[in-house]
This record gives sequence, C-alpha cells and structure tokens, in this order.
Amino acid sequence: MATERVAKATGVRLFWATMWARAYPRMVGTFRERSWLFFETLLPVLAVSGYVFIYRAIQAPPAYTGFAVLGGAMTAFWLNVLWSMASQLYWDKDQGNLEIYVLAPGPLMAVLLGMAVGGMVMTGTRAAAILVICSWLFDVSYQVAQPLWLVAAFVLTMAALYGMGMLFASVFLVSGREAWHLSNLLQEPIYLVSGFYFPVKALGFWVATFASIIPLTLGLDAMRQLIFAGDSGLGFLPVPVELAVQLVLAVVFITAAYFALAKLEQIGREQGRLIERRR
Amino acid sequence: MALARRVFDAPRVRRHDGLRSFLVAAWLGWQIESNWADPFLFAVYTIARPLASVLILVVMYAVITDSAFGQPIFPYIYLGNALYILVGQVITGVSWAVIDDREHYRVAKYLHTAPIDGYAYLFGRGVARLLIGTISVLIVIAFGMVLFRLPIRLDTVDWPLFLFSTALGVAALAGLGAIMGAWTMTMARHFWSVGEAVAGALYLFSGAIFPLDLLPAWLRPLGFALPVTYWLEAARRALLGPQAHGFPTLAGLTNAQLLGILAAFAVVLLVSSRLFYGRALHAAKERGLIDIETGY
Repeated sequence: MATERVAKATGVRLFWATMWARAYPRMVGTFRERSWLFFETLLPVLAVSGYVFIYRAIQAPPAYTGFAVLGGAMTAFWLNVLWSMASQLYWDKDQGNLEIYVLAPGPLMAVLLGMAVGGMVMTGTRAAAILVICSWLFDVSYQVAQPLWLVAAFVLTMAALYGMGMLFASVFLVSGREAWHLSNLLQEPIYLVSGFYFPVKALGFWVATFASIIPLTLGLDAMRQLIFAGDSGLGFLPVPVELAVQLVLAVVFITAAYFALAKLEQIGREQGRLIERRR
Repeated sequence: MALARRVFDAPRVRRHDGLRSFLVAAWLGWQIESNWADPFLFAVYTIARPLASVLILVVMYAVITDSAFGQPIFPYIYLGNALYILVGQVITGVSWAVIDDREHYRVAKYLHTAPIDGYAYLFGRGVARLLIGTISVLIVIAFGMVLFRLPIRLDTVDWPLFLFSTALGVAALAGLGAIMGAWTMTMARHFWSVGEAVAGALYLFSGAIFPLDLLPAWLRPLGFALPVTYWLEAARRALLGPQAHGFPTLAGLTNAQLLGILAAFAVVLLVSSRLFYGRALHAAKERGLIDIETGY
C-alpha cells in the first residue's frame, strides 16, 4: 500500500500554518456555536443601556449616547484581550494544553499570534452585534467624514491592543492564581482611565496621557472624533497624532511580547512551571 | 484557624448538617477569596473595582453637569451604584461557587458524596462574597461622603430602617442567588453568564442608577417585580432622609409597606430556592452534569 508523503512545514510556512491552526477554533466557533449571540451581546447591551439611561437622567447631549454605545462595543475587545489573550496561556497550562504547544514543533509566538487573529475575528462579530443593537435601540446616528482614517484608527488600535494582549499572555504565563485576579482587576479601572463611557479628555491631561499606554484610550478617542464629527472639540489629541502613537505602541508591544515570551518560557522550563497546576 | 476549629467542633454545629455545612462553606469561601494574596494586596483588589465602577459614573456626571454634586440626582446615582455592589456579589457569588467547585477545583463529585447539606453549603459559599461586598460598599460610601460630600449624616440616618431593609434585601438576594446557583448546576454552556446576566438585568431594571421613570413605560413593571427596587428605595430613604423623596417612582409607598413587600419577596424566594435546588440537583445528576468539566 502506497503512503502519501506529507510535505513538512518549516520556517515561515510552519509559523503561518501554526498561526492559522490556533486561530481556526476561535473563528469557526463563532459560526458553529451561535448561542453566544444571546449571552455575549445581552450583557454588554444591558451595561451600555445603563450608561445611556444615566446620560438621559442628567440630560446629556445626544452625542454622549453614541459615546457610551461605542465604548460599550469596544469593551468586548478589552475583555477578549484580558480573558482570552492575557489569561489564555494560564488556562492552557491549567488544562494541559500548554505542554502540548511546547512539545509541538510550531513556534509559541505563532500560537500567540493565532490567538490574537482568532480573537479579533471572534470579538469583532460580538462588538458589531452590540454596536448594531444599541444603535438601533437608542437611535444613535453617526457622521463618518473620513472613512479611511476610521479604518486606519481601528486597525492600528487592534494591532496595538492585541500586541499588548500577547505581551500580557507571556507575563501571565508565569503567574498562578494571580492571573485570574489580575484580569478581574483590570476591568472597571481600565474602563475608567481609558474613558470607555466618556471622553478621556475629561480626566485631565496627565491622567489621559498615562492612560494612553492602553491602546483603547487613544483608539476610542480617535474613533469618536472620526465618527461623531460634530464633536471633535472633545478629542484629547489630533487624530493623526493618536494614530502615530498607536503605531508605536503596536510595534513596541509585539516586539516586547516576542522577547518576553522567549524569556519567560526559558524561566518556566528552568523552574518547572510550564506544566504546574496551582489552583 | 483555631477559632474556626472551635466553632466547627461545637456540639450544636456537629449535630446539625445544615448549620455545619453553612459554616464550613463560609470559612472555605473566605479562604478561597482571600488567601491568594497578602492582606494589603487583597484589600487593593477588593476596593479598586467597585471604586472604579462608581468613579465612571461620577466622571460621566461631572462632565455633563459641570460637577454639580449638590443636585439630588447625584446621591441617587452614587448610592444606588454603591449599594448595588452587594447585589452583584451575592447573585454571582453563589453561581460562581458552583462553577469553581465543578470546573476549577474539580471537587463537585466529592462534595456531593460527602455528608453535607448542599443547599446550606451554597449559602455558605455566598457569605464570603457578601462580606467582601459589604466592605466595598462601606468604603465606597465613605469615599463619597468625604470626596463628593454625599448628604449622609450618621446621626440622622434611620438605622432601623436601613439595617432591617438590608437584612430582608440580602435574604431575598440570597434566595435568588441560590436559584441561580442551582440553575448553574444544570448547565453545560454559558453557565458563567447566568449570575452576571441576572445581576446586569437587575442593575438596569431596578432603578439602581437612574429613576425607573426613565425606562420605557412597557419595561417599568419589570422593575416593580424585583426585590432590589424596594431595597434600594428603603436604603436611600434611610440614608438620605427627605432628599430621597425627590424621585416619585415609589413615593406612594410608606416605609412599612416597603419592608412588607421586601419580607414577602424574601420568604417567596427562599422557599422557592429550596424547592428549585432539589429539582436542579436531581436534573444535574440525571444528565451527568453534576461534576462535568467542560473547560468551556
């Protein structure tokens, strides 16, 4: 019986194949298991509705409804980065997958990148659903004056954000139960300092500047300026400056993730922590 | 530990399955929630989230009203959000105990083969979250009194109304939490969303952060069917005094009527939760879900 010879992937081809292999379950899961539509849009819609009603209670201008809706949709990406990027290698370690990743020939960096690509696709569908439902519920109108800039703002924000997620994943890899608590801690405080539900400019120059290390801070600010063109006075920095900062953040985070992963994998091997399960 | 051991060894505790399960579970819950960090770090983690959550509302309010913290709507929003911390902790605490035992620590099968009262155990596990929530509420309110001059004067607070309504409110919430926990036992997917979805819905429909009158007319009856609505109203009246009467939603009810409604909710929810727990436990065993590990 003749056996078919399978070409062995190496180098860039191996990296590419590994990345898509890791992204695949996240992408296909979105369409195969649709029950998320109820749960993963219901919760953010409830949260966004709460903020919208507060703005109505204090008679805020209608644009603020749009600010809250956009911020609420973007929470999906932040939660995805925290729970499905930063904490993912910790979960994988807990479930015994991490040791399989390490034993397989594919590079771990490709696994991380696959997680990011799959996460972006998966979360993009959730964010879009939240945006559409809330915009319809609260009659939000958008005025996109420069669509190409908007696309650039979104793409750069995602690159920087998921770069940060990859870096966090490497750092969380060596943590135990603290990973869980750290992810919990980084929710509401980040919603606050990044201005998810109000213009970040309101926090003052220095807080907004320090918060800009979180890519969603300037990303959201830029997108709001581009989507709600009539309220550009509420922006923190000019859009081109914000996009330039996002580009720098993306490069820095992805590079740092590469080195951090290599270093922490080495530490994990030396200390035998890659396969430990501390509950 | 020595104190815990003394309590567990007390003859009355040893004889009573329910009491023993409750106390041991409460101690276990506290250990799980608090023993992963030193006390300072634990305190930071405990306070940071609720403070950030209330500060989001404060900044939103300040941006629109130019920091008019003296308006009656501000203490309404601030206190509602602060007190709501308890709701979230109790409702999600019990269902997360089920998830933790089943998926994370993988001890569900051992628990259900041990001589414990599972229903009392669930309540006990919720107690730790209740304690943490209570500390957070106190800190957030104190923070508001100092920084934003919340009009709360300790000598004019109606303490009996506050304490009695809170006890009834927490009892009703514990019943609701136990129902969520029991429901979680029968689920293999999305179980982590159950508590949060219910807590989120209560946040929106109970007038926690805005007066119910702002909801569309067809959604308002939902708010009147929730115990949290009445607890928050009673607590606001107790803490704020006449200022709390600025919002007409439940102005037609006296304090005694509010307490009566809350007591009725507490009784109905506690009895229902006991019955529901029995059915859910049977269903979970029948479907092989009692110790399922989905990794989901």
